[in-house]
Amino acid sequence: MSNTYYLQSHEYARIDGNIAYVGITKYAAGQLGNVVYVDMPEEGDDVAFGEEFGAIESVKAASDLFSPVTGTVIEPNTALVDNPRLVNEDPEANWIIKVELTEPLNLEELLTEEQYKELIK
Amino acid sequence: MENMKKTCLHDRHEAMGALMSPFAGWHMPIQYAGIEDEHMAVRGGCGVFDVSHMGEVMVSGKDAEVFVNEIFTNDVRDMPSGKILYGMMLNADGGVIDDLLVYKIAEEKYMLVINAGNIDKDIAWIRRQAAGRDVTINDFCDATGQLAVQGPQASHVVAAQLGLDCEPLDFYTFAVYDYKGEKILVSRTGYTGEDGFEIYASPQIIVAMWDVLTASGSCAPCGLGCRDTLRFEAGLPLYGDELTELTTPLEAGLGMFVKLDKPSFIGRDALLRQKEGGLRRKLVGLELLGPGIARHGYQVLDAEGNEIGTVTTGYKSISLGKSIAMAMVDSRFAALDTRVHVQIRRKTVPAVVIKKRFYQPKYKK
Repeated sequence: MSNTYYLQSHEYARIDGNIAYVGITKYAAGQLGNVVYVDMPEEGDDVAFGEEFGAIESVKAASDLFSPVTGTVIEPNTALVDNPRLVNEDPEANWIIKVELTEPLNLEELLTEEQYKELIK
Repeated sequence: MENMKKTCLHDRHEAMGALMSPFAGWHMPIQYAGIEDEHMAVRGGCGVFDVSHMGEVMVSGKDAEVFVNEIFTNDVRDMPSGKILYGMMLNADGGVIDDLLVYKIAEEKYMLVINAGNIDKDIAWIRRQAAGRDVTINDFCDATGQLAVQGPQASHVVAAQLGLDCEPLDFYTFAVYDYKGEKILVSRTGYTGEDGFEIYASPQIIVAMWDVLTASGSCAPCGLGCRDTLRFEAGLPLYGDELTELTTPLEAGLGMFVKLDKPSFIGRDALLRQKEGGLRRKLVGLELLGPGIARHGYQVLDAEGNEIGTVTTGYKSISLGKSIAMAMVDSRFAALDTRVHVQIRRKTVPAVVIKKRFYQPKYKK
């Protein structure tokens, strides 16, 4: 049983107990091209399901990032500040924010891995 | 995509795997290997762009010189055949209808090269202004393809791959060459801040040249993505971003291409009034002092958070690594070293006014 959930806007949340690792999918990273900047919230900021929490930018354009979970940011991935291209290299290992959940997962609206794979087929 | 216009190289772009996207009504390649790689290929070697979407209009006849001078901000009097001038077409309020190149083909014969997105508007405007004058306006956009070969190796590449000895051409001049039995026009011009050439020929010849150049390994196929990052670094304006019908060339810092000492041209009176009253807005360069990228349309703010302008183009510069932008701002904030802010989503990021020629162009003078 997979512990990763997705939004249609191509963010994932990998769930580990009460913690979610949030990033963008391999598919989205491929579509974006080389990432040159990641705009992310700070430690202690709140994020809410379906709401914008930052942006990811290629040379050409900025794309908003939407949160698949509701909670508090306990760690932004600051390695991406100096090396945003880590997102292209391995978007699943290089999550963008680590969130402590304050509300249960919105399983009604989140996509399962199977559903997400169907979406990008 | 069915309604999009296609250049003579459209099938080549698709077959070669370019990322395609709509641009100004055309279905155009945005990138091949990637914007950064293509950008660096042009800065360090040579790249070829399909710019067949650009429009070409021939103005000829007894009144051609007077007529072109009336609709164009630069001065074509005393211009020898073989020379090219950059300038703008203005409306009566001094707003920019388009920016363009004027090639003097011969006495009483000028070729105007206009932006793809403005072709219909420009030609209608030119025809309207031509009423009652002894000029013929010939739109030959569809019969002409265009390649831009750009980069420090461009001269070598066109010689080695196309057999064209273009080295004798000075910057902003052109000549007619024979290529496979057809007359083609080559100018030493471009939109990248590097040395290079623009080649005008029939669609068949353009396709043949593209094949030779891209197969040679000495010339990277490039898309419009890096065309924009390259021109931006060199401080060159793009119609729709820095130039619009609500912007004057003086505000955009293009006064050197506006000859106010000409007796008459459309928009001249408005520009004289603007010059007399002082410019209220100016196009500046900005360097961001905090993290983020200032994109087209973002607000520029003063220290109190009041809006003082708008970003026209911004990138994390590929050549320089810095986050820089061009912005149209209240002229009280246009002096070099002035501190401003840019609103980037929820954050205000400090920035400083710098020269907008971010990258020193390496033209062959």
